[in-house]
Amino acid sequence: MTISTTSLSTLRSKRFRETRTGTPQIAIAKRQWSVLVWFSYFWIVLIVALAVLAPILPIAAYDAVVGPPRLPPEWGPIDLLLGTDQVGRSMLSRIIYGGQVSLVVGSASALGAVVAGTFLGLIAGFYRKGADWMISLLADVLLSFPALVLLMAISAVFSPSIPVLLIGLALASTPTFIRLARANTMGWSSREFVRAARNMGASNTRILVREILPNVVPTLAAYLPLVIAALIVAEGSLSFLGLGVPPPTPSWGGMISAGSADLRTSPYMVFVPAATLFLTVFALNQAGEHLRLRFDRTMRD
Amino acid sequence: MLPNVLRRVGYALLVILLVTFTTSVLMSLAPGSIAEVILGEGATPESIAALNESLGLDRPVIVQYLDWLLHALQGDLGVSPITHIPVTEAILQRLPVTLELAVLSLLISLIIAVPLAVISAALPDRPVDRGINALTSVFLAVPAFVAGPVLIYFFAVTFNLFPALGWVPLSEGLGPNLRSAFLPALAAALVEIAAFHRVLRGDLIGTLREDFVGAARAKGMSGSYVMFRHAFRPSSFSLLTISGLSLARLIGGAIIVESLFVLPGLGQLLATSIVQRDVITVQGIVAFIAVAFVVINATVDIGYGVIDPRVRKAPTAKKPARATRKVATA
Repeated sequence: MTISTTSLSTLRSKRFRETRTGTPQIAIAKRQWSVLVWFSYFWIVLIVALAVLAPILPIAAYDAVVGPPRLPPEWGPIDLLLGTDQVGRSMLSRIIYGGQVSLVVGSASALGAVVAGTFLGLIAGFYRKGADWMISLLADVLLSFPALVLLMAISAVFSPSIPVLLIGLALASTPTFIRLARANTMGWSSREFVRAARNMGASNTRILVREILPNVVPTLAAYLPLVIAALIVAEGSLSFLGLGVPPPTPSWGGMISAGSADLRTSPYMVFVPAATLFLTVFALNQAGEHLRLRFDRTMRD
Repeated sequence: MLPNVLRRVGYALLVILLVTFTTSVLMSLAPGSIAEVILGEGATPESIAALNESLGLDRPVIVQYLDWLLHALQGDLGVSPITHIPVTEAILQRLPVTLELAVLSLLISLIIAVPLAVISAALPDRPVDRGINALTSVFLAVPAFVAGPVLIYFFAVTFNLFPALGWVPLSEGLGPNLRSAFLPALAAALVEIAAFHRVLRGDLIGTLREDFVGAARAKGMSGSYVMFRHAFRPSSFSLLTISGLSLARLIGGAIIVESLFVLPGLGQLLATSIVQRDVITVQGIVAFIAVAFVVINATVDIGYGVIDPRVRKAPTAKKPARATRKVATA
């Protein structure tokens, strides 16, 4: 973002100083804790807590039959709060255990992608030349391909299981982090303190690890929630197609797919997992946007 | 401009080669082989080996790939050993459905997103803008497999406005055809609306801060004239990029809506071929999608020159696109 210094723009910015102070980023960061952001953090904490505490919560097992099949949500025993599915298993329990799967798969593969992407991006952005060309080509190849098709091919070749999902999703989201890390590394490499470290005789490895990496990590971490949200959607899409987590382990995408068969008579079977997935993705997006505006220096400098 | 185009084309070819080769390797790594699927339960190791040999699957991967590539360059993607239909024919048969869905989705998202972005940019940070931002944030969190069933429930089951499932080909009239395509296209469009709105709103707000806009306003031009005649074109570059990217993505990502709404498109063919381990068809479709993706991206890149004279004059100048790829992958 360039700031023009001509008299006209100075005039305008003076005139609008009361309404729009400074850069837009700062203006947005000021209303950081809106209701939506509060709600988003609350929902993320709630879902994570439920997923972590699932084994000690007083709920039925996800594969146990707790009542008659296709029972709509009603006030009563905790297992019947959100109704039952086609076989009479508790929807509440399946939502909570499905959340476990979504969150673990989403965050573990995002972390894997951050580590791999940071490593490759640092090397590409710092050494440039051949390494940069190779790594950028790798990122371009991965990006020039619809992620869903890649994931489908992977989970078709190696029969669907959680490790295969993790690797596939990590692979699909690595190029985003390669690009981010590369751009940031290039930015930081030209700073004075890097030159100072080099003049003091620091090795390339030391500069990368001690000078550049600590500056790149916050930016990448700020993108984590956004990527986790995208990965939860991808996992849901695969499960929806029957290529995700194998049954009987519940997953939100699989529940939506199973419920679609009874959409006409028991719409809640779709609406309950759909609403959960929507709220989780929405909350992660909001939180991610909030974090990104605070910690992503690429947008501000 | 010409060296730029040539470099772009060379790079695109390299990417296509790498993608198709990777698919070959992946498919050869598959634990179950296609011979097992064709022969079914009564297969013996000997009969499987014999069939593999007659299909040429016992050769090294690189030989199989070069053989495939040589034929693919002549437009022959092989014959599916399961359906016995040439892959090229199967793709061409299903392409119109996927293409129509993708283009319709893109049109719907542009028709909704552009006016929303113009309103947002005209009144930034006002209640209207915040309301629109909240709405698009909601859209962003509604992937196609969530939007699909909900849209079916409200528009097809409750109000009976559109058919819930199935496809009416164009030959049976434009009206019924569009009616059957509308819900799936809308389900896929919601996420794109959010992306388009964000990008165009940001760029418009940036452009409206420029001096030439201030000068136009100072000359007494009306707000809407300045918005559409001065600010819109220089703000539309990123929108063009992500439109191209999202068209490519919609072609690849049509799998979800096609399997949900039972539409005879490319995505459905890919899904069934993957389940049947029909390696030859999968490879053909993947190669086709990769080529489409790369061609659309390259066209968008070159298309900059047409609408942005700055790129035409200085081939080495940085493109004005901002974080477009990021939006697309997220």
